[in-house]
Amino acid sequence: MAGPDKNSIAFVATEVIPESPPPARETGIVKWGRENLFSSIPNGILTLVSLWLIYVILSSTLPWILNGVWTTSSLAECREVLAGKTGACFSVLTERWNQLLYGFKYPTDAYWRPNLAFVLMLVAIAPVLFFDLPRKMLVFTALYPFVAFWLIWGGTIMAPVVALLGFVIAGAFFQKFGRSNFALGFFGGAVIALIVWSIGGALIPEGASENAVLSAVPSRDLGGFMLNMMLGLTCVSLSIPLGIALALGRQSNMPLIKGICVVFIEFVRGVPLITLLFVASVMLSYFFPPESTVDLFLRVVIMITMFSAAYIAEVIRGGLAALPKGQYEAADSLGLDYAQAMRLIILPQALKISIPGIVNVAVGLFKDTTLVSVISMFDLVGMIRGPILASTEWNGVYWELLGFAALLFFVVCYSISQYSQWLERKLHKGH
Amino acid sequence: MKKSVIFGALTVAGLAAGAAAAGTLDDVKARGKLNCGVTTGLVGFAAPDANGEWDGFDVGVCRAVAAAVLGDPKAVEFVPTTGKTRFTALASGEIDMLARNTTWTFSRDVDLKFTFVGVNYYDGQGFMVPKELGVSSAKELDGATVCIQTGTTTELNLADFFRSNNISYEPVPIETNAEAQQQYLAGACDVYTTDASGLAATRATFEDPSAHVLLPEIISKEPLGPLVRHGDDNWGDVVRWTLNALITAEELGVTSANIGEMAAGTNNPEVNRLLGTEGTLGEMLGLSADWGKNALMAGGNYGELFEGNIGESTPIGLARGLNAQWTDGGLIYSPPFR
Repeated sequence: MAGPDKNSIAFVATEVIPESPPPARETGIVKWGRENLFSSIPNGILTLVSLWLIYVILSSTLPWILNGVWTTSSLAECREVLAGKTGACFSVLTERWNQLLYGFKYPTDAYWRPNLAFVLMLVAIAPVLFFDLPRKMLVFTALYPFVAFWLIWGGTIMAPVVALLGFVIAGAFFQKFGRSNFALGFFGGAVIALIVWSIGGALIPEGASENAVLSAVPSRDLGGFMLNMMLGLTCVSLSIPLGIALALGRQSNMPLIKGICVVFIEFVRGVPLITLLFVASVMLSYFFPPESTVDLFLRVVIMITMFSAAYIAEVIRGGLAALPKGQYEAADSLGLDYAQAMRLIILPQALKISIPGIVNVAVGLFKDTTLVSVISMFDLVGMIRGPILASTEWNGVYWELLGFAALLFFVVCYSISQYSQWLERKLHKGH
Repeated sequence: MKKSVIFGALTVAGLAAGAAAAGTLDDVKARGKLNCGVTTGLVGFAAPDANGEWDGFDVGVCRAVAAAVLGDPKAVEFVPTTGKTRFTALASGEIDMLARNTTWTFSRDVDLKFTFVGVNYYDGQGFMVPKELGVSSAKELDGATVCIQTGTTTELNLADFFRSNNISYEPVPIETNAEAQQQYLAGACDVYTTDASGLAATRATFEDPSAHVLLPEIISKEPLGPLVRHGDDNWGDVVRWTLNALITAEELGVTSANIGEMAAGTNNPEVNRLLGTEGTLGEMLGLSADWGKNALMAGGNYGELFEGNIGESTPIGLARGLNAQWTDGGLIYSPPFR
């Protein structure tokens, strides 16, 4: 700096001026508030109105929640304790907790079984949801349905073992013959599985379930949120593969397969779910003799699965249609056969596009499981509407019970949606 | 298409033949359990408690039949049914009898092919109003807003009542009883109308029940009773006479408290026939001689069931009214045990 014209300048600062803090209105919460809440007059008014709304809602709900009663044994006692003050009667949740979760007929000493099945479910589902986990965990995922069946329904262990055996033998057969001839492998495998099941079923002695390690629980005794979870999980996991098959079938060149798929999808989509449920619970019992009906749970699972599979098929068809034709041609030009092209090129891309749609159907399906309450199955909503509100102790408690149900469903549905957003980010390849 | 229709018809015919051939009574005995259809939950009439045990006035009838047939009031498989599934459950043989506050009507009896074996509760449509309205009769309700469940007979009864009395009303359509309670308490309607037992049960859940009154007019007949399938008269007789046994026991003063003494033999021959110490009534029904005693031990006589579940000492607080014994001016009346 020392230059010839040093003396021509009257004053030179020799040190840096200390940093002064930014103006109060340009920093911290004030700046944030100015930019986000009061950036213009209309926005300012909206902010004030929202604050007032939040105040109104909280000032009426918070006392109700915080003043809640948790330990009484009937609504009348709740009112006595509250003595005219505002307050929720959460005692109904504590007293009927087990009924809300497991239904009112599941044996009390067996609650650990669905609990264990739930924990194992988390383990089994992890490798499917998170691809970074070791692939060997998928073995447990494959075994899980049979383990869960045995835990929840109990009875003889032979039933799930025979079912598993049928799948294993059919799978082995498919491995051996399906490579060269898909149709032979597939249908041969199906026939072999049926043979194994019928022989195995005949071999299980009558009354084997009576002295089993885990006491048998009939489907009618399942209930509560457990039933919603079971229906939701089973139907989603069955309807995704079925939906993929239907979507591919609808695009097939073979008129018979295409026709069947189109008719199935259009028919099922054109009928309300509640109608299908009525058919499952009411009509089918006319066609079977009273002793040999198909299990009600199974009937409902089949109907809900059919319903959501039709929707998922259409979602996936959208994904398939969104793929450029070049992808199909590229697969052909590589010399891949149909199965390879679908597995390696088409479906991975199509499914990625379809994730939001599939999740949408899955969330909807999970909430639709509450419809089973109209065919007198006691899921969470059925328990609330039926036995709990009809008991002399708790008749008249609405907000607490239905709010609790809403909370449970929100937790599950929000987790599903968060997972799908994570999955979309993870699969995003930037093209 | 033709073929499937034929197969369908064959199946139905086969089922019908099967149901007619094998008696329900034998089925129940062989099974060791009575499949009894109840509601999914109605205060006082049927609801499972915190331990999952079913309890209520209709449930009492199921237990009495189970006790009469099998000797064990616990040998009942309760099959919860909704208003929509109840008749198919009975017709398809899923349940042996239905005790689900079902109104006995012509078309249900004749067209749907059921047999109503009796009436265990005489209900009727009533009105509830807030006390501050100052109304003492339904005929003063000119211009009132009325909460009414859509698609029910109550809706039609209401229209008839107001038309025949030349007064007007404004309906507020609602879907369920729960919704009605909220609407009524929020003041969306001046009057709530449904079956009188339902009104009483609803009022019992209010914070201040005394601020609401039930008007004296009952504008419809709703005889509620258990029913069985057409075509199996033996089984119908069993259920009918079990119900009659409960009613007769109250008339004759046989209660669950004194039944031990009475069963040892009394001077009243009808009591003896009822309890099986005299005559062969049980044998005629195809049951054991002490069937009546077992049925009464299950939950007491008709009056005890009424008082214990829906009577004035319970929160529901229904007066006997029409459901008093005929000797007390009510309609409850059983043919003699002879």
